[in-house]
Amino acid sequence: MAKSDVKVKVLGTWSSPFVMRARIALNIKSVNYEFLQERLWEGKSELLLKSNPVHRKVPVLIHGDKSICESLIIVQYINEVWSFAPSILPSDPHERATSRFWAPYLDEKWFPSLRTIGVAQGEDARKAAIAQVEEGLLLLEEAFGKCSKGKPFFGGDQIGYLDIAFGCFLGWLRVTEKMSGMKLLSISKTPSLLKWADRFCSDIAVKDVMPETEKLAEFAKMIMAKMRGAAPPK
Amino acid sequence: MTGPLEQAGPEMGQNLEARTQLDVYTWYSPYVHRVAWVLKLKGIDYEFVEENLKDPNKRSPLLLNCNPVYRKIPVLIHHGKPIVESLFIIEYIDDTWKDNPILPTDPYERAMARFWASFIDERLLEGSKRVLSVKGDQLKMETKQVSDAMEVLEGMLEGKKFFGGEKIGFLDIAFGWIAIWLGAIEEAVGVEFFNRRKLPLLETWKDKFKEFHVVKDSLYPTEKLVRFFTKYRHSQLKLAAKK
Repeated sequence: MAKSDVKVKVLGTWSSPFVMRARIALNIKSVNYEFLQERLWEGKSELLLKSNPVHRKVPVLIHGDKSICESLIIVQYINEVWSFAPSILPSDPHERATSRFWAPYLDEKWFPSLRTIGVAQGEDARKAAIAQVEEGLLLLEEAFGKCSKGKPFFGGDQIGYLDIAFGCFLGWLRVTEKMSGMKLLSISKTPSLLKWADRFCSDIAVKDVMPETEKLAEFAKMIMAKMRGAAPPK
Repeated sequence: MTGPLEQAGPEMGQNLEARTQLDVYTWYSPYVHRVAWVLKLKGIDYEFVEENLKDPNKRSPLLLNCNPVYRKIPVLIHHGKPIVESLFIIEYIDDTWKDNPILPTDPYERAMARFWASFIDERLLEGSKRVLSVKGDQLKMETKQVSDAMEVLEGMLEGKKFFGGEKIGFLDIAFGWIAIWLGAIEEAVGVEFFNRRKLPLLETWKDKFKEFHVVKDSLYPTEKLVRFFTKYRHSQLKLAAKK
C-alpha cells in the first residue's frame, strides 16, 4: 500500500491516556509508526512546539509532512486515511454521533474529576470528585448497554471510538482505586463496565500501550511529590 | 418556519414520526443558528421548538430526555432519536444527507476543520461570552485573547474567499456567529475586537457571510442583540459584585 511508504510518527508520553488513543487507533489499523517520547518535565521539544504551535500538547500525529493534533481528531483522521476495515467509528450516522457525544464529557468533566480524587484539598472536594466520577460511570454503564447491544465492546465486536475514548483512562482509574483503596468499577454497580475493562486492556491493540498500574502509580507519586516540592515549571 | 410547538404531549410522539425532524431552538444561541443554517443549506424541512432556558426547572421533558448529561440546546431529533452538540449535529447532517457536503472530503482537511472549529469555539465563542461578564483588568485580558484569536482567523483567510475556499463550508458555518454576534457584544460592552484596518479579510468575509441567503433570512436586528447582551452583562456584573 502506498500509504505505508509515508512515515508515521506519534509524539507523546507513555503515561498520557490521550497519547494512548492515537496509538491504539494506529494499532487497530496495523499501521507501523515511530513513537517519539517527550520528556515533558524537562521542557517541550522543538518538534512538539513546531508541530503543535497552538496548544503545545501531546499527542501529535506526524504523517509525512502533516501534523495533526488533538487525540480524538487524530483518531478520526487515522480512521479516514486508513479507511479499510475494521472501522473505528460506526457506519450508522446516529451511532457515530452518540460515540462522539461522550468524548467532551469524558475529557472535560469525568477525567478531571478522577484526577482530583488524588489531590483534592479537603474531604468535601474529594467527596464531590468521587461523586462526579461514580455518576459518570453509571451513565457509561447504561451507554454500554445501548451501544454494545450485547456485544463485547461499545463498538460492537471490535474496539471502536468510544472504547478508545473511555478505555484510555482505565490505567489512571486503576491507579486511583489502588491509591484511595476504593473500588470505582464494581460488580454491583457497573458489572458490564467491569468486564469490558478487562477485555479492553487485554485486547491486542491495547495491551502493549496500556501502562502497568504499578508503574503508573509510581509515576503519579513522583508527580505529586514534584508538585508539592518544586516550583511549577514554566 | 413554523412557530414554537405546545407542551410535549402524546401528539409529539406522532409528530416525531410523521415529520422528518425537529429542532430545539432559542433565538439568540449561536449554536442553534449553526444547525439551522446547515439544515437550510441542505434544503431539509424542519420544525423548531423553543425552550425556556432561564429556568432549568422549566426545561421540557423532551429536552431532559434527549440530553440528560448536559441538558443543553440544540438538540436535533431525527426518526425519534436525539443528536446533541452543534458541531456533532452538523457532522450527523452531513453523514445523513450527502448532497452539498459541508465538511471537506480530504481527511487532513477534515482534521483541520474539526481542529479549528473546536479551537475557535473554546477561545473565541466562550471567550466573548466571558467578555460580557467581566470588567477592569479581566476585561482587558479577555478582550486581548479574543482579538488574538481573530488574528488567527485573518491568517486563515489568506488567498481565500471563504474559510471553505470558493464556497461556504464547515468552518464558515462554525464561525458564522462572529459575523453577527461579535459586533453586538462590542457595542454592549464598549470594546473593540474588529479593527477594519487590521483585519480586512475578516471584515470582507463578515459582509459576504451576512449576505448569504440562508443567513440573511435568520438575521435579527442588531439592536435586539445589543439590548439582550447589555441586559445580560448588567445581571452578570451584579452577580459578581455580590460575591
